[in-house]
Amino acid sequence: MLMITDVRNTSESVPVPKTTREIYLPPQRSTITGGGAAHIAAREFSVYYGDFEAVKRVSADILSKYVTAIIGPSGCGKSTFLRAINRMNDLIPGCHTTGSLLFDGEDIYGKYTDEVLLRKKVGMVFQKPNPFPKSIFDNIAYGPRLHGVNDKKKLMEIVERSLRKAAIWDEVCDRLDKNALGLSGGQQQRLCVARTLAVEPEVLLLDEPTSALDPKATAKIEDLIQELRGSYTIMIVTHNMQQASRVSDSTMFFYEGILVEHAPTAQLFVNPKDPMTEDYITGRFS
Amino acid sequence: MNIGTRKILDRSFTAVGIGSIIVMALALMIVVVPIVYNGIGAVFFTGTVEHRKMLQAEFSRGDSQYLSSEVASSNRYRAKVYEMLTGFEAELETMAPEKKAEYQAKYSQVRTALQALLGPLPGDPEPMLTRFKYGQTRWEKAEEKLHDLLYESKWDNTNPDVMGKEYFVNRAIGFEGTSLSRLFPYINENLEKMLLPEFTLYWGFITDSSVDSHFFGGIWPEIQGTFFLAIGAMLFAFPLGVVAAVYFTEYARPGFLNSMLRSANSTLAGVPSIVFGMFGLAFFINTMKVSESKSVIAGALTLAIMILPTIIRASEEAILAVPKTYREASLSLGSTKWNTIATVILPAALPGILTGGVISLGRAAGETAPIIFTAAVSVGSAIGLADVFSSPTPALSWNIYNLASEHEAATQIRHVQYGMVLALVTIVLLLNLSAIVLRARISKKLKG
Repeated sequence: MLMITDVRNTSESVPVPKTTREIYLPPQRSTITGGGAAHIAAREFSVYYGDFEAVKRVSADILSKYVTAIIGPSGCGKSTFLRAINRMNDLIPGCHTTGSLLFDGEDIYGKYTDEVLLRKKVGMVFQKPNPFPKSIFDNIAYGPRLHGVNDKKKLMEIVERSLRKAAIWDEVCDRLDKNALGLSGGQQQRLCVARTLAVEPEVLLLDEPTSALDPKATAKIEDLIQELRGSYTIMIVTHNMQQASRVSDSTMFFYEGILVEHAPTAQLFVNPKDPMTEDYITGRFS
Repeated sequence: MNIGTRKILDRSFTAVGIGSIIVMALALMIVVVPIVYNGIGAVFFTGTVEHRKMLQAEFSRGDSQYLSSEVASSNRYRAKVYEMLTGFEAELETMAPEKKAEYQAKYSQVRTALQALLGPLPGDPEPMLTRFKYGQTRWEKAEEKLHDLLYESKWDNTNPDVMGKEYFVNRAIGFEGTSLSRLFPYINENLEKMLLPEFTLYWGFITDSSVDSHFFGGIWPEIQGTFFLAIGAMLFAFPLGVVAAVYFTEYARPGFLNSMLRSANSTLAGVPSIVFGMFGLAFFINTMKVSESKSVIAGALTLAIMILPTIIRASEEAILAVPKTYREASLSLGSTKWNTIATVILPAALPGILTGGVISLGRAAGETAPIIFTAAVSVGSAIGLADVFSSPTPALSWNIYNLASEHEAATQIRHVQYGMVLALVTIVLLLNLSAIVLRARISKKLKG
């Protein structure tokens, strides 16, 4: 079970994190309860930037192998919440959390959690395509190399498999040694997905992956999400409500740091429970 | 502001900008053109047979058979000069004592001028210093010496209110009526046949050791010493500087101590270089005893301390300029902080770091003050790589100063001074050029 905890620091006598007592509280505004299938579970989870509470006491279950979309106006804390899951917020000075956020039942912000192991299991694709200034091959092989794969043949296998999964193999297979920055924006973004898949994560976090792309490239990324659905637990932050309704199984609506509603996508878009959700998805404010 | 005013403002600003660039370019030309012109003169010049004799004797270079035929032909014309000298000496003996004393003084001046022009005269003892073993090796110098022979320089001090004025008296007039009066027109006419000037390409100026404190020979010990010092300084300062920059940008917690360290670093970059020189003497030689006295290693360490702040600043800026997205991408793939720095951040920052490094290298090559007390000697031969821990070295920057201001015959070796300046400027320019090329190549590789 212990997967993201640094094994060297654990033993039978390690106390159970204090936060566990809150775990079994029912999610407040969520109609999705995972039971055993919750891959990521937030309980009264808050993220602070200094004194500012960017995510406010969120409780939710993210189901395994589901595509979960997060929508909400700018500055509502949706990206912050997403980045909290693989602890990318650690990079921001003054950022801290309260409550608990569990990945496979383990506290992501636990004392003995190894954030490097966590990030290996929870991959992330960013708003702007960010390939390394290296060759396409080296970009994909970067993660596997980090985790100890050095055999050239094995690396090649991983690279091909990842690029095929990310539906970009046919476009780049004859120029793997070329610099990745020579690709178009859409290709770069799919390359970033492939790079993330190459370390074989369980969860894929997509932070507005199409906001910097043209409609054609956006369609390709959406197709890609459809391809990956069912194999990974996917969370996607998006400004585009059509996109959320097209690709996701369940949707979370954030407003000013509060998780307003979390429901199956069909239900949330057709029959929202909260009037604020309705206002937002009908475009009364944004 | 209306369109007309805006346009006038833009245009006048453009004009001012272009004007200032032109002024700077002109100022640069005024400095650089004489350096290049005179510096090249150290390698390309009109050399005399004395130069070829010197090369043959000191460096065993040149065609000895051709040289002996040249010497023979020049000696044929010189023989007449020597004949006239012996003839006049015989004439002196027959003169009345007071007249003899008068001519004797003038005659010894003529002999000195002739020695400078043609080298030792027959009957002179073999000179101790190499510089007196040969006549003028460069034709333009020979022409100056010819003038010294033909005209006596005198000072007009009749008006006590102004500085003395130099004027020249034709020596031939002083010897009117003696057999020596024929000497002056003869030398004036036949100097070329006695010295055989010839266009000379002396690459040895760059690759030879100096002979008799830079009267002859080249500047290789200086060039090599400059390289040893600059590269040695780099070997210490570059790794240290990059590590320090990584610490400041990636690991140091912001706080009082950190900001103190950073401002100390900036202050250190502005400390006068002579202070570093004194520090190097006090710390590396007297306290740490890295060497008995001056040595290349002490100089390199001192230069390293001097360029360290620059390297740290340049590396810090290069690291901070790496897009945050690279860091995020690497970390999100499960990379450790150290791995991210080593495999993503530093490679991406490399062009900036290298540029800072090479600019510092140029500065280390050109600094004089830090090496005066720690590494530099004015005259010496090239040292071997094994001697860097124990022996000092001549270096271009220090010897330019030394030859131009402290050398006993600074005016005689202007061409060497200019040659050294040109060599140093060229080295620094080449280093900076290589930095630009390197940067462009790496940037191109990074950009795809």
